[in-house]
Amino acid sequence: MSKFNAGRFFLGLHAWGVFAFIYAPILILIVFSFNQERINAVWTGFTLDWYRRLLTDADLLDSVYNSLVVGLTSTAIATILGTMAALAMHRYVFRGKKLFDAILYLPIVIPEIVMAVSLLTFYVFIQLTLGLVSVIIAHITFNIAFVFVIVQARLAGMGSDLENAAADLGATSWQTFRFVTLPVIAPGVISGALLAFTISWDDFMIAFFTAGVGGTTLPMRVYSMIKFGVTPEINAISTITILFTMLLILLAVRLEGIFKTAKTIGT
Amino acid sequence: MIRFRSLILVVIAALITASCGGSGTTPAGDNERTPRLNFYNWSYYIADETIPDFEREFGVRVRYDNFSSNSELLAKLQAGASGYDLAVPSDYMVQIMINLELLQPLRTENIPNLENIQSRFRNLPFDPDNRYSIPYQWGTTGIAINTRFVTEEVDSWGVFWDERYRGRISILDDMRSGLVPALKLLGYSVNTRDEAELREARDLMFEQKPLVRTYSSETYMDLLKSGDIWIAQGWSGDIYQVTRENPDVIFIIPKEGSYVWVDNLVIPKGAPNRTTAEAFINYLLRPQVSAAISNYTGYSSPNRAALPLINPDLLADTSMYPPDDVMDRLEFLEDVGQATLLYNRMWNEVKAR
Amino acid sequence: MKSLQKYITLGPPAIWLGIFFVAPLLIIFVYSFFERGIYGDIVYTFSLDNYLRAIDPLYAKTLWRSTWISVVSTLICLVLGYPLAWYIARQSAKMKKLLLVLLIVPFWTNFLVRTYAWIFILRTEGLLNNTLLSLGLISSPLEILFTQTAVIIGLVYTYLPFMVLPIYVSIEKLDRALFDACRDLGATSWQSFKSIMLPLTKPGIISGCILVFVPCLGAYITPDLLGGAKSLMVGNLIQVQFLAARDWPFGAALSFIVMAIVLLLLFAYARWGTNNFDKAAEAK
Repeated sequence: MSKFNAGRFFLGLHAWGVFAFIYAPILILIVFSFNQERINAVWTGFTLDWYRRLLTDADLLDSVYNSLVVGLTSTAIATILGTMAALAMHRYVFRGKKLFDAILYLPIVIPEIVMAVSLLTFYVFIQLTLGLVSVIIAHITFNIAFVFVIVQARLAGMGSDLENAAADLGATSWQTFRFVTLPVIAPGVISGALLAFTISWDDFMIAFFTAGVGGTTLPMRVYSMIKFGVTPEINAISTITILFTMLLILLAVRLEGIFKTAKTIGT
Repeated sequence: MIRFRSLILVVIAALITASCGGSGTTPAGDNERTPRLNFYNWSYYIADETIPDFEREFGVRVRYDNFSSNSELLAKLQAGASGYDLAVPSDYMVQIMINLELLQPLRTENIPNLENIQSRFRNLPFDPDNRYSIPYQWGTTGIAINTRFVTEEVDSWGVFWDERYRGRISILDDMRSGLVPALKLLGYSVNTRDEAELREARDLMFEQKPLVRTYSSETYMDLLKSGDIWIAQGWSGDIYQVTRENPDVIFIIPKEGSYVWVDNLVIPKGAPNRTTAEAFINYLLRPQVSAAISNYTGYSSPNRAALPLINPDLLADTSMYPPDDVMDRLEFLEDVGQATLLYNRMWNEVKAR
Repeated sequence: MKSLQKYITLGPPAIWLGIFFVAPLLIIFVYSFFERGIYGDIVYTFSLDNYLRAIDPLYAKTLWRSTWISVVSTLICLVLGYPLAWYIARQSAKMKKLLLVLLIVPFWTNFLVRTYAWIFILRTEGLLNNTLLSLGLISSPLEILFTQTAVIIGLVYTYLPFMVLPIYVSIEKLDRALFDACRDLGATSWQSFKSIMLPLTKPGIISGCILVFVPCLGAYITPDLLGGAKSLMVGNLIQVQFLAARDWPFGAALSFIVMAIVLLLLFAYARWGTNNFDKAAEAK
């Protein structure tokens, strides 16, 4: 075996080792969600009890509902606003454009906790009742940024020739948008929306600080379960969340959005 | 495109449900068709059937959220119109909330079951005429010990400084409770306002920090059960819940003394459903309801009428219902006014070190 | 007409972010110069105390610890991530796609759940210790949970994809022919790696490091759940100020310090990026 091949072998070994590191914890959680033992990490027998228990946990189901409402509403509004921001940045020249560009990226880069405390302070300042709505507003705010980044990447790929051509042919700007721009950016908009939903669904930090009456989301519930260590039930809820996310991702792959998403996050 | 359009449709549908169903912004008035009640309580601090039974009997929809510390509760209530109808602060926090004018007086004529409360739990120093608060549950703070690993007899806070238990110790993560082992070991009051005393206590906690596995007010229960932690500063009811699953764990009140606390039902100012909240308080004071909660949480009931319905094992447990000579060694936590800043700073320093 | 459209498109997102993003940041910025009252109310007197306190050795230690933990986590991510990115980049198109999806999927499962998995594994009576003890590999349980090691494991686990993706993209951009050419000229693979590949993938490495370092620095949940609330990072210190100690002005000052560090880093990175780009353009 040549030296080069040995290098290659170790490279492969390393890669699969890292994948094992990534997947082992998740697989372990799934396996142990079917374990009878309540306290210790010892396998004592197969059971579906923990799942049954989840289905009858009214607080948990409430929090799932809340998370869905927050996720769908914030995704919808953020997708519209984020797309508008991307279109504006793509099409127009205006004063403070550079600043606006920076502000659009900021919610992604500043530490979550900073955004969370600033929103809480702001809500207190304007005397807004904390509840589900305060969480939704917060989620819209950071999701605008994510949608913007993805749609903008799509628009950059499109250039402005097509739109100019349409305008030259006498299309009104609405027609241009409806029949030229929108079809091109649609995949970006959809990946943006999916990303926004996933991030909203996953968020604990910001909801924790901004939630009030009836605003307990699933991650907040899971956090308090972890703190109290209701072990196998958390494994079960984890398994369900993992499967749910996988489904969403499969959907995203189907829509071919995922690689653009990955690349935009990456660069 | 069809996919895209259906996505928009789904989204619009969601928007509509959200604006109708998630009525977080519209405080429901007392006269609304389905009365609501927004209840803010500690996690796992109620029996499973308490709320569903109330909902069925009174036709009320209860929205139930949890907090994990008095400070968190204060932070959320201080945010102005919190929207909560009922919350459960501890003694000293009631005092702070009264001072901050965050509470509204209870109309005791709507709460006839108030008479079920034992006289020693009425008119407590933090709210002398029960104008704003009614005791919900009470308990003590002490040391939980896993006797499988700690075979010696433990009767002092000093055990937290014992090198042999390095990495097996948990301390409550709260500025008032966390300093208690040191304060009591030094023979000071848990309500001291003296900066020098607090500094001494802080220095003792510094010394102790290398032995601590975790500062925790919740997770320690689970860690005690599994044997990760052997010695934990904890609350009586929590430990009772642990003991149910791991009988090796016992709870003691150290000879140097400790504190006793009472959690209280209060109605925040601006509560949208004040009358419903009072009805709920009255319901919680029923002997059966109150006893069911105590039997579930393991915390002690201030409800005289409920005592006969409480699990006899619990009643006989001297760490849950301490005899008078032990009670004499226990202090109530009080609002310490300006010294709150000192407590805060000392605890911050212990944690940050 | 054109300008009306412009304002209709630009207006809503700009107004939204102005109200719910910029204004809140401005408010905490202003608060950071005030003082706290006894019960956590704000006393409106100007002072620099909060910033001075932040550099007091006690709190500076926390800032330093956060930085240190973040640096170590970033380096581990780099060591684990670079070869992985390399490996993925050399696969067939189909395999690449699969591996990338495999890499990203866990990133999209709930963050709390992934952190919880490590609690389950690392605790004294957890899976790792049980397994190692029963195999006889260790005689007494390893104490990993609630240590800095646990925090670092959690951070690496969470942010590894952020390292791999940008490096992958930069390797992907390289011309395969370049690599072959080096070898034809007799360079060993190590030489060609060091003198050609490493410099060329530098942008990816730097992006990756920043993408990992920044969220590590502001981490809250990982040190809270895996660190046992005692090896405090600055995120925890901020949380304590807002929800426990009720010292909002101090918390605001800490937030601003963290944000300043993050923004400075990103700014330096952006500057570095443009400079390099300009040089490349000149070279052409």
